[in-house]
Amino acid sequence: MSLWRSLPRWSLGILLMLVLAALVVPWLSPYSYYAPSWDEIDLGPHWRSGHLLGTDDLGRDLLVRLMWGCRISLLVAVCASLTSLVIGVLWGVTAGFIGGRIDAWLMRAVDVLYSLPFIPLVVVLTVLFGRDLLLLFIAIGAVSWLDIARIVRGQTRSLRERDFIVAARVGGMTDAQIMRRHVLPNLAGIIIVYLTLTIPSVILTEAFLGYLGLGAQAPLTSLGTLIADGASQMRARPRLLICPALLLAVLVYCCNRLGDALRDRFDPASH
Amino acid sequence: MLRFIAWRLLAALPTLAVIITLAFFLLHAAPGGPFDADKAMVPEIRAVIEARYHLDESVPLQYLRYVGGIVRGDFGPSFQYQDTSVNELIAQGLPIDLTIGLLALLLALLLGVPLGMAAALRRNSLADRACTVLALLGLSLPVYVTAPLLILVFAVTLHWLPAGDWGEGAWRNLVLPVVALSLPYVAYIARLLRASLLEVLQAPYIRTAWAKGLPGSQVLWRHALRPAMLPLVAFLGPASVGVITGSIAIETSFGLPGLGRYFVDGAFNRDYTLVMGVTILYGVLIVLANLLADVLQAWLDPKVRL
Repeated sequence: MSLWRSLPRWSLGILLMLVLAALVVPWLSPYSYYAPSWDEIDLGPHWRSGHLLGTDDLGRDLLVRLMWGCRISLLVAVCASLTSLVIGVLWGVTAGFIGGRIDAWLMRAVDVLYSLPFIPLVVVLTVLFGRDLLLLFIAIGAVSWLDIARIVRGQTRSLRERDFIVAARVGGMTDAQIMRRHVLPNLAGIIIVYLTLTIPSVILTEAFLGYLGLGAQAPLTSLGTLIADGASQMRARPRLLICPALLLAVLVYCCNRLGDALRDRFDPASH
Repeated sequence: MLRFIAWRLLAALPTLAVIITLAFFLLHAAPGGPFDADKAMVPEIRAVIEARYHLDESVPLQYLRYVGGIVRGDFGPSFQYQDTSVNELIAQGLPIDLTIGLLALLLALLLGVPLGMAAALRRNSLADRACTVLALLGLSLPVYVTAPLLILVFAVTLHWLPAGDWGEGAWRNLVLPVVALSLPYVAYIARLLRASLLEVLQAPYIRTAWAKGLPGSQVLWRHALRPAMLPLVAFLGPASVGVITGSIAIETSFGLPGLGRYFVDGAFNRDYTLVMGVTILYGVLIVLANLLADVLQAWLDPKVRL
């Protein structure tokens, strides 16, 4: 009940509506995201024609393309966040639970990685190994697990000293059992919180790659690609820039609001 | 102090080694070479070119040669720009990046610090609410969204400022890139300063300062602001990473011939040496920004002794 109250309702509602629209609109709409339509080029928004946001320079329905972009962005965001979650949690739990020299080395590695120019490395990765969606989210996920690793490690260390863990050990549980039964369940809250904060930052990274022309392969599109396309023809059709830019901003804003609210609720230490 | 700086520089060496090694082997593991794009080349010519760039040697040998060059401060010849060394390209591009990046950070400080102070001193006032909204907007509006929108409004629609081009660094050409790059940092800085100033103002020594009967301005400027600036200084490291990423997007949007532009072009054209050189330089800049942050932090914080 109180969790429900602490959530930003507007942001949550808009976010759910966006996700729903991204799933449903391309399916309901008679227009495809890829097929050019030569006699419908550059139409303005019109209710009757069914092009609610108009069409682009190839006669493709903007709304459908936006929603496809949203799909791709969300897909990459969720998959990349899960990748980073798996790496980060394994790394953090190992460091925090074992402690000692292994902990020191693992965290030293994290420190080194923190000062790498990551975005440039992802750019290089995507250029070199092609614009595969799978690769895209593995690459993004592989570079965004550092925060999660740090937080999970800190949390695990403090858990390890708690009485119930000591009691479990005295009672004869093995490390693996303790990890599964006691440590991971207690980390769940904080992991979910940082997952919701990782998603918007991954959306931004993916959009950045798309903006540079490294996103999903045409005719498939993502929000960053749409923004770059719109930016290149803003003189003639500012609508093509404003719509995806606004959509990306709203999407990320809502995710951030939600993540902030969850963090304030579950992680009092963040203040 | 000097020992601390020397020690930190030494500690940065592993980081740089990781960057160099990672960049080198990533680029060499890539399918396709830098000269694949050209039309079918006569094998002899190809052999000559590859020999010239030492591409015919084994990879470990190339690696050693490359590291040796870097130690001497030589990033090698560019693959794409014939007869131009990466050093020359960096020398052309870096001033543009530094100009825009430093001006953007300066602007962000000039706008963000007063906003954050106003928000902390007058809680729930207009400034406070503006600060909250702006901070979240800044987090949600990346540079590649604000830059095209600013161009659309101020260049295309209003014709007040040029839509791009470096123009030898004329101020009119600088305004939009610098503003676009600084906006997220106005938000971050205002938010950070608001939070830390609110915390500092609760501290016992501030109450003591009030109790001594010091005037409000003195309490704020002499006692509260200095410790409240610490998180801002610590933010310098992450900010430098962000400015680098942002400058890539800014230079793409405005068509500026800076490092970010070279980096993206080089990546598309498989210009190995250029991409590696710029990546390593980015790493160096990040390391230096972190070092500067640590030194400033130590200088501001009486509890830290070097």
